[in-house]
Amino acid sequence: MQAFDEGKIFLDKISREIKIEPQDWMPEQYRKTLIRQMSQHAHSEIVGMLPEGNWITRAPSLKRKAILIAKVQDEAGHGLYLYSAAETLNITREEMIGQLHAGKAKYSSIFNYPTLTWADIGAIGWLVDGAAIMNQVPLCRCSYGPYARAMIRICKEESFHQRQGFDILFTLSNGTGAQKKMAQDAINRWWWPSIMMFGPNDDASPHTKQSMDWKIKRFTNDELRQKFIDVCAEQVKVLRLTLPDEKLKWNDERKHYDFGDIDWEEFRNVVNGNGPCNKERMDARIRAHKEGEWVREAAAAHAEKIKLRQQKAVA
Amino acid sequence: MTSPLINYTLHLADNALILGHRNSEWTGHGPVLEQDIAISNIALDLIGQARNFYQYAAQLINRSTNQPNTATEDTVAYLRDAHDFKNCLLVEQTNGDWAKTILKQFYFSAYQFYLFQRLRDSKDETLAAIAEKSLKEVTYHLRWSSEWAIRLGDGTEESHARMTNAVDDLWMFAGEMFVAADYEIACANKGEAVDVVLLKSDWLQKVKAIFNEATLPVPQHSWMQSGGKEGRHTEHLGYILAEMQFMQRAYPGSTW
Amino acid sequence: MPQHEWPLWEVFIRSKNGLDHKHAGSLHAADAQMAIEHARDVYTRRMEGISIWVVESKYIHASNPEEASSLYDPANDKPYRHPTFYDLPEEVKNM
Repeated sequence: MQAFDEGKIFLDKISREIKIEPQDWMPEQYRKTLIRQMSQHAHSEIVGMLPEGNWITRAPSLKRKAILIAKVQDEAGHGLYLYSAAETLNITREEMIGQLHAGKAKYSSIFNYPTLTWADIGAIGWLVDGAAIMNQVPLCRCSYGPYARAMIRICKEESFHQRQGFDILFTLSNGTGAQKKMAQDAINRWWWPSIMMFGPNDDASPHTKQSMDWKIKRFTNDELRQKFIDVCAEQVKVLRLTLPDEKLKWNDERKHYDFGDIDWEEFRNVVNGNGPCNKERMDARIRAHKEGEWVREAAAAHAEKIKLRQQKAVA
Repeated sequence: MTSPLINYTLHLADNALILGHRNSEWTGHGPVLEQDIAISNIALDLIGQARNFYQYAAQLINRSTNQPNTATEDTVAYLRDAHDFKNCLLVEQTNGDWAKTILKQFYFSAYQFYLFQRLRDSKDETLAAIAEKSLKEVTYHLRWSSEWAIRLGDGTEESHARMTNAVDDLWMFAGEMFVAADYEIACANKGEAVDVVLLKSDWLQKVKAIFNEATLPVPQHSWMQSGGKEGRHTEHLGYILAEMQFMQRAYPGSTW
Repeated sequence: MPQHEWPLWEVFIRSKNGLDHKHAGSLHAADAQMAIEHARDVYTRRMEGISIWVVESKYIHASNPEEASSLYDPANDKPYRHPTFYDLPEEVKNM
């Protein structure tokens, strides 16, 4: 009886757009779905620092170097906001990181692709961050309060990321022949992985319906993907570059761009660990965590010593 | 095109850039997320300082050659070879573990702290203004690195041992900061630069105080490496520049 | 194997004099001083905060106002963190 009432109150809140907060009753599956999604999101931010971080020491000007550090640092911040929000669901960051390192938790497979030239930093900002924002803006209205609040903060900061990416590509496309070629090559490599970021087609996405009912998700994968493609197809004209899809064409009936077939075989392979950089990325994260162990231990030990000394001083 | 003031400004800039660059190598690889963010912030501060000094150096260079806009912050940072870099040897040393990184930062921040306090009174208004602005950042860097030095020195057996190693590794690179190069003397005589010899006792006192709290020994040996300020570097700088300057060298004359 | 995850702290930030401290989020730190510094680095990268409180369980620690200038001023000169720093061509709307 009790559980029934709680369940009813929960659904009532959802339907009336009242946020669910950490102390509120929630179905176990809702909690699990959120932990899965939020930790996956946090891991993506952290692993996502690596491909771009690659270029910090090689950035071509002091201004670009500073911007890139600030951007990658923001991603650390975003990972932190999300881990914190997830921690309100009774799971520790240590546990979540443990799941990532054990291969039990996923992160966005886009970060398993390599950054080969400086233009990749532009393409990541424009396309990868652009796709991420498309996904994230609706999450600002997610039914779970801490997640929604973290997302509001993140979206506010993300918009500089996409702009700096576009700005890099715009500068390249107005530069020398070599620069323009570099920009086009980066777009060619990042375009398809970017549109895969929205996840499988709706009919192949098992979690979508429940997540929509719970207002964790607000739009389906295909809706968001279409929106993203429509926007990019216009913006690429400003760059005077092209998207690598021969079937990309405005459809006046649908009022949307039609686009070519996505290679889901590649998507599944990269998700399942066969991307070009899966192992490198995971190794880098595990190494950083392992090599940080003595640092975390020392700081904890020192804090403990100080506490004891203070207690002694009082006594 | 060189004058003592240009060389001095480049020296200040190179110090900040090279340490900022080193710190940015941690971005994405820090021992804990919060500290990844902290060290990246310090990297950003230092690169910001470097840019201010480089912009001023570029101005001075353009003025001396009468060719406006030839030198920019990027040409001076990216198109000089190692023998023209005037940073101290300390800042180009490898990051090593977190202990070595912390200690390198602590030695340097303590030096910058006392340096900028005095440089605020420089007769050169631009240098004085940059020092004034940077001092706020450096005050924080010094506090951050002091606290970490204490934490690690007084933490666990392992962290204490790692700090002791770092102290030994880096000590011989510390002395150079307080031995003036010719251009420092020339500028100090005109009231534009700080006489670095005067900073040594303040610096040593600070190091002793923090090491005392950190239960770390102050090294006794006094043989010090030098040469960085005059362009004679350790092997590390060449690798830093090879990476840092790659794009500018491979695509000369491009806009980024 | 022992884990040394630092305790969790809640962060409250007052973004402007005259406003309340507002919950900004949380983070991990070994002690209060570290928590304040982390809060400064994590939650005020764009100068959102002029005063920080951190709370671990029943204790409340506030940042020292005298240290305000070195704690908060440094973020002032990083305009590239704000989207308006980038002049995009007219045709690109709503980025």
